[in-house]
Amino acid sequence: MRLGSTDVIRGVGFSLPRGSCLAVIGPNGAGKTVLLRALIGALPHTGKITWAAGTVLGYVPQKLDIERDLPLNGRDFLRARAALAGSSSAMQAEALRSVGLPEAVLSTPIGNMSGGQFQRLLIAFALLGRPNVLLLDEPAAGIDAPGQAQLNEVIHGLQDTRAMTVLLVSHDLSVVYRYADYVLCLGRSGACFGPPRSALTAEALYEVYGQPLGFHVHDHS
Amino acid sequence: MSTITPELGSLALSVLMAVAAGLIGSFAVMRRMVLAADPMSHIALPGIGIALILGVNPFWGALALLLLGAVLIWAVERRMRIATEAVIGVTFAVALAVGSIITSGEELIDALLGTPARLTLREAAFGIAGALIVIAFVLRERNALVVRLVSPEIALTSAVDVARLDLYFFLAFALTIGLGLRFLGVLLMGSLIIIPAAIARRFARGLGTMLMLSVAVAVACTVAGTYVASLAGRPSGPFIVMVAGGLFFISLVRRRET
Repeated sequence: MRLGSTDVIRGVGFSLPRGSCLAVIGPNGAGKTVLLRALIGALPHTGKITWAAGTVLGYVPQKLDIERDLPLNGRDFLRARAALAGSSSAMQAEALRSVGLPEAVLSTPIGNMSGGQFQRLLIAFALLGRPNVLLLDEPAAGIDAPGQAQLNEVIHGLQDTRAMTVLLVSHDLSVVYRYADYVLCLGRSGACFGPPRSALTAEALYEVYGQPLGFHVHDHS
Repeated sequence: MSTITPELGSLALSVLMAVAAGLIGSFAVMRRMVLAADPMSHIALPGIGIALILGVNPFWGALALLLLGAVLIWAVERRMRIATEAVIGVTFAVALAVGSIITSGEELIDALLGTPARLTLREAAFGIAGALIVIAFVLRERNALVVRLVSPEIALTSAVDVARLDLYFFLAFALTIGLGLRFLGVLLMGSLIIIPAAIARRFARGLGTMLMLSVAVAVACTVAGTYVASLAGRPSGPFIVMVAGGLFFISLVRRRET
């Protein structure tokens, strides 16, 4: 993949079984967001992306910069998506429930929501399109610890209850170990792919981040 | 060509034009196009000049260049994605300069500031149809426009053709400017699109209120301003914008609760 005259990502290949969770990790500038944007078709790329037949994508972008006084509330936002997808108001209520948001957010302007609330609203928004693959770009960035925990529960709850395939960019290696079935690291020298425990060795992390990481896996088994 | 009752024809057209301006302005303000809106109307001037030289109704010349300008902004925005402001600013300033050289005298003042209307039947009919097209577009596509302004990427995964939607939006924007030129002129039409929406934004906490308030303010300013201008026998644009600007400053007094 090229942006302008720079090769951002080169030679990345992976395939993912249905219903699994892939975590994409790597240092800033490694092309994690670029990869996700290519996967949804927002950026041109060479190479081949093959989705299974019947795949419907839902995308939750990286922290959006919403002006505080934007006159759009939760209801306007969800209703817009529901209208585009032709889904019912019952589905809107269900989507809100799935992400653990109270009905009160419907009348809150989206610029006034907390980071965690808005991120969950974005997930509810994506659910209205009835996706079976959910792509999330650093969903927990800039959110406090309880908010992050809640968000992780929501995401993995969806994976369990709706058998959804999840691709998420994360900087939190403990989340990666805990939830991901596979990990894809984009680094300075190529990429690695595999289940976290076998792919994320100290050497691999050194390769990816260019410096040793003080990270320990506590093996409780 | 026959002339319909100036009062009736121009009142109907000005009200519909203001409704269109209030609607398209709401989305322009939410999309942070405030600064691009104003210079865009300037490109109409060379169109007016060329039409006058060719002996054609200046309205068609203005409209042709506005639509061309819309395609230009769209193409620039698609290619560069950022830093479009400088390109837009320079292009339309040059258009204003060229236009003021090839248009002259009284016609220039009329084109810049708006004339007390005397519409031909064809012009009124086209204007009303155009305003209805813009109104229908915004109301029909409001969901796609909402999703697009929050994030182009999620619009893409919501089955919205972002490039096409943007093109239609810019064309509707240009058409709205074209409809209002008669009343406000090249220099001031952009502000009828922006000011009412900017006022509405200070009060609205949801899309419905935003659209309704913006339309109400745009219509009120247009009707009041045109009326005062006709009493004074002066171009209508400055009066409409003075009313709108006055309301905007009054709205600043109220602090928005968040």
